[in-house]
Amino acid sequence: MEQTKKTWIDYYKKFGIYIFLAAVFIFFAAAAPNFLSYKNIINILRQVSMFGIVVTGVSAVMIGGGMDLSVGGQMAVVGMILGYFMVNMNMGIVPAIVIGIFIGCLFGSLNGLVAVKLHVAPIIVTLSMMLVLQGVAYLITGGYPITGMPEAFTMIGQGYIGVIPVPVIIFVIFIIFGWIVMNKTYLGRHIYALGGNKEAARLAGINVDRLTVFIYAFTGFAASIAAIIMVGRTNASQPGAGSSYPFDCMTAACLGGISISGGEGKISGVVVGVIILGILDNGLVLMGVNSNFQSVVKGLILLAAVAIDCYQVKTKKS
Amino acid sequence: MHKPDSAVFKRKVWAASGSGMRGNMANTILSVREIVKDYPGVRAIDHLSFDVEEGEIHALIGENGAGKSTLIKTLSGAITPTSGTIIVNGREFSKMDPILAKEQGIGVIYQEFTLVPGISAAENVFLGEKTSAGIFVDIKDRERRAKELFDQMHVEIDVSKPVRDLSPACQQIVEIAKAVSKDVKILIMDEPTAPLTVSEVETLFQIVRNLKKRGVTIIYISHRLEELFELADRVTVMRDGAYVGTEKIQDIDRQKLIAMMAGRELKETFPSRNTDLGEEVLRVEHLYGNGDKDISFTLHKGEILGFAGLVGAGRTELMRVIYGADPMESGKIFLHGQEVQIHSCNDAIASGIGYIPEDRKAQGVFLPMSIKWNTIINNLKAFSNGIFVDEKKENETAADYQKKFGIKTPSLDQRVRNLSGGNQQKVVIAKTLAANSEIIIFDEPTRGIDVGAKQEIYKLMNELVEGGKSIIMVSSDMPELMGMSDRIVVIYEGVKTGEVAKEEFNQNYILDLASGGNENGTDEKNMD
Repeated sequence: MEQTKKTWIDYYKKFGIYIFLAAVFIFFAAAAPNFLSYKNIINILRQVSMFGIVVTGVSAVMIGGGMDLSVGGQMAVVGMILGYFMVNMNMGIVPAIVIGIFIGCLFGSLNGLVAVKLHVAPIIVTLSMMLVLQGVAYLITGGYPITGMPEAFTMIGQGYIGVIPVPVIIFVIFIIFGWIVMNKTYLGRHIYALGGNKEAARLAGINVDRLTVFIYAFTGFAASIAAIIMVGRTNASQPGAGSSYPFDCMTAACLGGISISGGEGKISGVVVGVIILGILDNGLVLMGVNSNFQSVVKGLILLAAVAIDCYQVKTKKS
Repeated sequence: MHKPDSAVFKRKVWAASGSGMRGNMANTILSVREIVKDYPGVRAIDHLSFDVEEGEIHALIGENGAGKSTLIKTLSGAITPTSGTIIVNGREFSKMDPILAKEQGIGVIYQEFTLVPGISAAENVFLGEKTSAGIFVDIKDRERRAKELFDQMHVEIDVSKPVRDLSPACQQIVEIAKAVSKDVKILIMDEPTAPLTVSEVETLFQIVRNLKKRGVTIIYISHRLEELFELADRVTVMRDGAYVGTEKIQDIDRQKLIAMMAGRELKETFPSRNTDLGEEVLRVEHLYGNGDKDISFTLHKGEILGFAGLVGAGRTELMRVIYGADPMESGKIFLHGQEVQIHSCNDAIASGIGYIPEDRKAQGVFLPMSIKWNTIINNLKAFSNGIFVDEKKENETAADYQKKFGIKTPSLDQRVRNLSGGNQQKVVIAKTLAANSEIIIFDEPTRGIDVGAKQEIYKLMNELVEGGKSIIMVSSDMPELMGMSDRIVVIYEGVKTGEVAKEEFNQNYILDLASGGNENGTDEKNMD
């Protein structure tokens, strides 16, 4: 059998996500008031930008065969540290940002190191890290938010370049960066190799341990960038920030075609997944649907996405 | 075909050996008649017939791939034979299924344990059985009954301990107890001593003999010939899926058994090649690690060096150490006379060593990825400017190998998953060569691929050595090994038992070495 058998699943894998995006878009364009307004579209993009950056990081981990539930906790802690340095210690914006990013990468590396050295499953490592960091975020100020960031810093979250919000620009730069890394560099290929077949990757001469640590560090990097935008946008460091991120990120990644078992998925798909979730959030609010029902919709969508992923894996075997 | 000996003689021998519980003609408990099992492109069992008598220990032997495992699976109902009948206790069946086999009292102990590691020995013995009324499990009752079973076997095992904390021997015994608890009449044991130490083997033998005393019939499969002389009453030899003969153990010796196992003609032809052996490219000295002990050998430019041995002898383990996939405990590796340190696969690749693993799908290829993606993955740095992958070079290289190896595909973007086994193997070879390997280790290069593709792989190997590369070939297919190699190193249980030059190739001799025989007559080449 040399020919590829094209099943509807293959077509779904290729186009389904775009059809889904179009359907959601058309639905809300018709059903939700003001959905199509210029202001709302920009609003959606701004809403998804911070989230999308984290999802890009989480997707890299998932393509590499791992998982990261600690991104929300990382964002909260990095956010608190930024606030603490800039407001309580009057540190300059640039050093504060550099330290924040450094700490994000450090948390990520820690996840990777524990997973590699202690052979603990990624879900346990990052779940533990999530709990630890959520606690640490509250411990920094005893639970109080930090407000009053330097004005220049809030520009990162609230400002515009031309008509486009700064977060959106950062998001676009980030996904282009992510896309190039995953598709064009040998590093990206190594990540796909690692997630696709770890033993074959090792035999192909790839230092799988070092690569694993690197991918988690990259996710930490993404989380810290998102934390910077978040603090800038709300002009506050909130210890409870990001708590819904771990699962929202997986929802978007799976929706975008990232395989739970690793090695498959595209950054372009992930972007679409992120935008679909953004449109859902925005459109349902515009329609006045209550937030509990929004959660029901998200849950069903994740289930559908993963079920299709599993179905595909099953047919693969036979 | 060997005719059964006369009953008179049988009686005499049994009386003499002191093991004759039943003086007279034993009943045939299990017969296999004209069993055939076909897989696509290969006949695993070929019109096999043999009889097992009630209460005997019947050994079943044959080379790797002789069809023993397939036969066991046929008897246990794991697979359905293409044709033929199985007669158990006088009842005829065209096939078995697991439930039917159980009803007929057939139990199998596979090479891989089927125990649940986290639960106790007692729980494992009665796994899946309802041993007490109601919905609650009476654990004390189970433990008591498991203990009874172990007492009958005269072994001491803590029945409340999780089996993962037991030694391999004890786990093996739990497996046996599990089978025996189901009132098994015919117990099939597939290589039961493979994971055991010498003293544990003795314990196992004692248990097997006890089972026999209780009237259980045992079909015993082993690679270790000496075990058969200690344990078995009769032995049946299989070769290439067919029946060779059945002998009483007293009537046969090791040499005869080996002759029966090996006595096959070389049916396949192997393409010839013109190479002159060049200088030494690889020398391994006193290598220890991964279960292998004190292994030394050399490889020359343009040579195909074969590695013979039984499955599990430690050949793959050795290759993985040389390739840096598993750590070396001690020893030295020299490339072109220079000692090299290989600590990772990357070191090996950088030194020009390539490895084509035995399990193609699990270790060789990335199934969801394209042919071209796979082709360059072993040496990505050479196909990139430090950061970005050179896609033009990728396409050219992949197209090059596709043409050279005749990889049948509509496109280089085709996922490797969609290729046939032979073509997948070619992709693995391409991927190894694209990493500029000078020394290529082929581990079971033709396993699971059809005859035509095999010939292509052989030709390709010849072209490689003619082009100045050197090959190490691990194969369990004796004709293939003898047909392709310039020299053969034989490994038995992690130790090198011999090295045979092409002029001395002889199946019986190699098989003898592979079964732990001594190298007498040939002098060991001095590695200094």
